[in-house]
Amino acid sequence: MISGRAAIVGVGETEFSKNSGRSELQLAVEAVRAALADAGLAPADVDGLVTFSMDSTAEIALAREIGAGELRFFSQVGYGGGAACATVQQAALAISAGVARVVVCYRALNERSGRRFGRVSRDVSSAPTSSGVDNGWHYPMGLGTPAATVAMVARRYQHVFGATGEDFGRVAVAARRHAATNPRAWFFERPITLADHQASRWIAEPLRLLDCCQESDGAVAVVVAGVEQAADLRQPPAVITAAAQGSGADQYIMTSYYRDNLTGLPELGVVGRQLWEQSGLVPEEVRVAVLYDHFTPYVLMQLEELGFCPPGEARHFIADGAIELGGRLPVNPHGGQLGEAYIHGMNGIVEAVRQVRGSSVNQVAGAGPVLVTAGTGVPTSGLLLGPADPGAVGP
Amino acid sequence: MEDTVNAAVERIRAAGAGPARPARDPVNLPMIRNWLEAIGDRNPRYEQDGLAPPAMTQVWTMRGLHPVADPADPLSAMSAVLDQAGFTSVVATNCEQTYHRYLRDGERVEVRSRLVDVSGPKRTALGEGWFVTTDSTWYVGAEAVASMTFRVLKFRPPDSTAATPASEPAPAATPERAPARAAVSEPAPAATSEQPPAPAAADVLRPVVTRDTAFFWAGTAAGELRIQRCGGCGQLRHPPGPACRQCGADRQDHLVARGTGEIFSFVVHRHPPVPGRRLPIVVVLVELTEGVRMVGELLGADPAQVRIGAAVRVDFVPVDAELTLPAWRLLP
Repeated sequence: MISGRAAIVGVGETEFSKNSGRSELQLAVEAVRAALADAGLAPADVDGLVTFSMDSTAEIALAREIGAGELRFFSQVGYGGGAACATVQQAALAISAGVARVVVCYRALNERSGRRFGRVSRDVSSAPTSSGVDNGWHYPMGLGTPAATVAMVARRYQHVFGATGEDFGRVAVAARRHAATNPRAWFFERPITLADHQASRWIAEPLRLLDCCQESDGAVAVVVAGVEQAADLRQPPAVITAAAQGSGADQYIMTSYYRDNLTGLPELGVVGRQLWEQSGLVPEEVRVAVLYDHFTPYVLMQLEELGFCPPGEARHFIADGAIELGGRLPVNPHGGQLGEAYIHGMNGIVEAVRQVRGSSVNQVAGAGPVLVTAGTGVPTSGLLLGPADPGAVGP
Repeated sequence: MEDTVNAAVERIRAAGAGPARPARDPVNLPMIRNWLEAIGDRNPRYEQDGLAPPAMTQVWTMRGLHPVADPADPLSAMSAVLDQAGFTSVVATNCEQTYHRYLRDGERVEVRSRLVDVSGPKRTALGEGWFVTTDSTWYVGAEAVASMTFRVLKFRPPDSTAATPASEPAPAATPERAPARAAVSEPAPAATSEQPPAPAAADVLRPVVTRDTAFFWAGTAAGELRIQRCGGCGQLRHPPGPACRQCGADRQDHLVARGTGEIFSFVVHRHPPVPGRRLPIVVVLVELTEGVRMVGELLGADPAQVRIGAAVRVDFVPVDAELTLPAWRLLP
């Protein structure tokens, strides 16, 4: 079993901006150094590196820059933001299998000043791969942006369950409320109202601008080590209580339109069932949820898929502010990717660690487990993190 | 009208190659440098050896920013005839060049062209038109240094009624495969015919075609919407793939769909730009009568009027000789 064998022992981030002014490799180096310093470890201690297949910084390039020496485990996880939590899972698997001792997971991107994912990519649509062939059923027909691919599912979800644009908007309002009190967030001190959301322009109907997360430059790194080693390190460990990947039946990247229903995220259901099974926990025990929020409708669908409410009921679940600070299930206290930054989900893992340590600027009281999810609409992943001693941590 | 065009074709073709048109300037390094910079070609050899990039050949004999039509030029002459007949718009469709040797700094080039073929009238994505093919040869003195086969489509631009497709009732006897009027999105109903020209069809993103999927694209080019059918168990499937997940057979067949279905979901795409499209566009996920789903653009519809469950019929949008896209129209 993977549960309880490894922990996140250090976290590091660059600033989050719209134009970093540095190479992605440089950003990766800065984030990794910060994470190692946070953990009280040296580059020479690192023997494993994991990143996204989409990351432009190869493990060996990063290892050269930080002076990591010999590596015994290196891996790249596919499917865009779906890789975020899976990087930590890979690290925990390597550590619990004894092939590595200290594994750093990283993601560095100049997504705003460099290659912007929100645009139509000719490279993606013409890739000579099975995924390129898949894209041939959508891109040439004019469906070629992440927002548009999500909008297709969101429209069906509205049609079947009666959800409205205002229901989507409440997710954005909560995220911006949380970001408003997080100095690291791009939208620090800039909350929005539901009326602001409703007045924002259409991007791909039924999605408005404020349903779409921002674009960011920045880097994030987390250090994973075995729980025995973790006990001797500088920070209180965030123990990996559960870690899972999931792909659903008839899975595509953002365009799983050929399944019976278009109202859920079955791949995340695969993740959720594993998280509960590995940990022995139930959704009601989760203290904070960090849900991948590139587009608001998928936050509603995640709440349903993970079992926080029945299918189609998320709009009622969130109607009374349940996902805001002080609510039944605070979601994305850092502001999420809508409010803090879009670092492909990795900044959410850092927030989860801070919530476990009790050091978040928007700390949620208690010692219960923290849930993290990765990119939705794609093969994805998730984590449950908790303190080494649930009775000892928390304000 | 066709007789007039055909008579002109015979006359111009019989005249053979037009007069030689000399380049305005000799092959020269300043222009070579400008071109290399513009294209981003960093090969140092051109400047070192005083050679012109072969792909520049046509540049030397271009007529400048404000060209005057030359009635002795076969393409100009043919274009004038087609303009008279109402085929006033033009788009280049093919250009094949052959380079016999490098041009050198200081050489004086001239070009001669002849009319090869005019075929039409043809119904195309852009409108009814004629394909005009010319051959050109560049000479230095008597030596042929490069040649080119060039084809344009001279077409009749869609008339003003085409600008209000949503209000246009489908004729009672809709042909099984109505010719598409535009390779790219049609103007929204509120638009007027004064909109800027549609983006070039060449910008349309193209599918990656493999042995597993070629049957589908061959079908659209032939005006058929093909659905993969398992050669073992008969299971229908879209998008297609090489192996049947129901029975495991790897023999794949297809049927020709009736071309009808209902909108299962849809998107009104407004931002950011989509290559080859004028926004907004409506993209629909159609559940076909046969049961499979398929994504395509919904043509000629007012976005505000589109509903899940609406009945649609397939249409085919020829982009060029290699690609025809399936698209959809609302049934009345």
